[in-house]
Amino acid sequence: MSEHPLLIAEGLGKNYGARLGCRDVSLEVYPGEVLAVVGESGSGKSTLLGLLSTELTPTAGRVSYRLRDGRLADLSTLSAAERRLLMRTDWGLIRQNPADGLRMAVSAGGNVGERLMAVGWRHYGQIRAEALDWLAKVEIAGDRIDDDPRAFSGGMRQRLQIARNLVTRPRLVFMDEPTGGLDVSVQARLLDLIRGLVSDLGLAVIIVTHDLAVARLLSHRMVVMRQGRVIETGLTDQVLDDPREPYTQLLVSSVLAA
Amino acid sequence: MSAQATSSMPRSSMPDITYNFAYLDEQTKRMIRRAILKAIAVPGYQVPFAAREMPMPYGWGTGGVQVTAAVLGPKDVLKVIDQGADDTTNAVAIRGFFEKTARVATTTATADATVIQTRHRIPETALNENQILVYQVPIPEPLRFLEPRETETRQLHALAEYGLMHVKLYEDIARHGHIATTYAYPVEVAGRYVMDPSPIPKFDNPKMDDCPALQLFGAGREKRIYAIPPHTRVHSLDFEDHPFKVQHFAKPCALCAATGVYLDEVILDDKGGRMFVCSDTDYCNTRQAQGHVGELGVPAEDAA
Repeated sequence: MSEHPLLIAEGLGKNYGARLGCRDVSLEVYPGEVLAVVGESGSGKSTLLGLLSTELTPTAGRVSYRLRDGRLADLSTLSAAERRLLMRTDWGLIRQNPADGLRMAVSAGGNVGERLMAVGWRHYGQIRAEALDWLAKVEIAGDRIDDDPRAFSGGMRQRLQIARNLVTRPRLVFMDEPTGGLDVSVQARLLDLIRGLVSDLGLAVIIVTHDLAVARLLSHRMVVMRQGRVIETGLTDQVLDDPREPYTQLLVSSVLAA
Repeated sequence: MSAQATSSMPRSSMPDITYNFAYLDEQTKRMIRRAILKAIAVPGYQVPFAAREMPMPYGWGTGGVQVTAAVLGPKDVLKVIDQGADDTTNAVAIRGFFEKTARVATTTATADATVIQTRHRIPETALNENQILVYQVPIPEPLRFLEPRETETRQLHALAEYGLMHVKLYEDIARHGHIATTYAYPVEVAGRYVMDPSPIPKFDNPKMDDCPALQLFGAGREKRIYAIPPHTRVHSLDFEDHPFKVQHFAKPCALCAATGVYLDEVILDDKGGRMFVCSDTDYCNTRQAQGHVGELGVPAEDAA
């Protein structure tokens, strides 16, 4: 792990009118690190993810990101063009519902190739070879390359979404409940796949989840949120095995043992 | 003045309508001309304009008619074509409209016209710098079927993010083995904006490149005007390993034996008989008058 953080959030806050989205969140993510954001529904996890990925504009605080040239840039000062370039090259965003993150009417190959074409690839054969390579990496059979995602199962769609995001070798990936809505055995395989890709590619990941098992399997560090605030942070094992805050203790003790 | 008007009232119950030159009022024409000037200044960019209701339904060339009305002068010679033909309903109706409202001369000869309004074709005869080609456009947004949100497509144009357009071509090759888009084939204008050339066959795309005539595009329902100024680079999008190709016809025109022109298929009977003839009727007639005869054609002197 490098000593310079990749992403820094300082005093981040968001209000939806009079209602609070999240408040005074500060965190750092280092290259190659997986950070889990956990908390119950309505605790501000998704708002936080939206703020970090510039999908939402903060009402307070700022987010800085270290660009490939080593410069630390305040994301709000980047132009829309620079931000969008960042979104489709250096970042990935895996949504809970794959239908939101995929083009459902476009074939699997087209979905994976879209980012490549967006950054200027203009050779059909190369785009297709790269798409096949990535489908193999996420365990989708090569003969499904021309099928559109409507013909895919939920787990396959989610794996396709991962391939589509990782094809430009991003450095930071945001995941919003990537295993939500999948059955347990499919979840386990998907988590295994994500864990493998993350370590192979040295990705930094910010993963939002309400599932503590997911956080334990994937993340190095975690942040516990409640009512829009961060109430506890620390190494995953430390937070889960020895929770300090009463709310975290409640959360940990609520997990059903199989 | 009102007394005069009353005394000259015709006895018929039909009101005596005097149209302003070319139907539209002067303020409207000024508004459209401003949009046209902006469109010429930013080649390929879709300029919004306040399209008016025209006395014809949407889809019948209301956008093209408004652009024509705005550029037409009393000395202009107008030609109107629909799918290359001068004698189809849409062409006849619009030509009649301007004969009535602007009293301009009309022609079917491409070389004699100064303003040519077209639906779905570019004439075979090369255009010159004294001509304006006005296209009727149904859907001006090339990204529309890939990205339904107008706010998003405007962003994509503003930031020149045209990866999506290639996704469409990729899908074509993946499904059909070649780029199967044959009309409304997307082009990049002057190295910047990607533009829908209206539903012309891709056969006509190369004619837009470095064309000496001014090309104006009007979409009435969608309220957009865009333009290609004379001698502008127009590049049809493609892949390095699947380059842009135009349609190829196996046989020459059955009436005038022309090759290298766009042909229409005409069904002759219910036993599979068919022939391929020039879609550009003026071009075909001119060639027949010059004595060219195709395999199903009749020599000009015999026909007369």
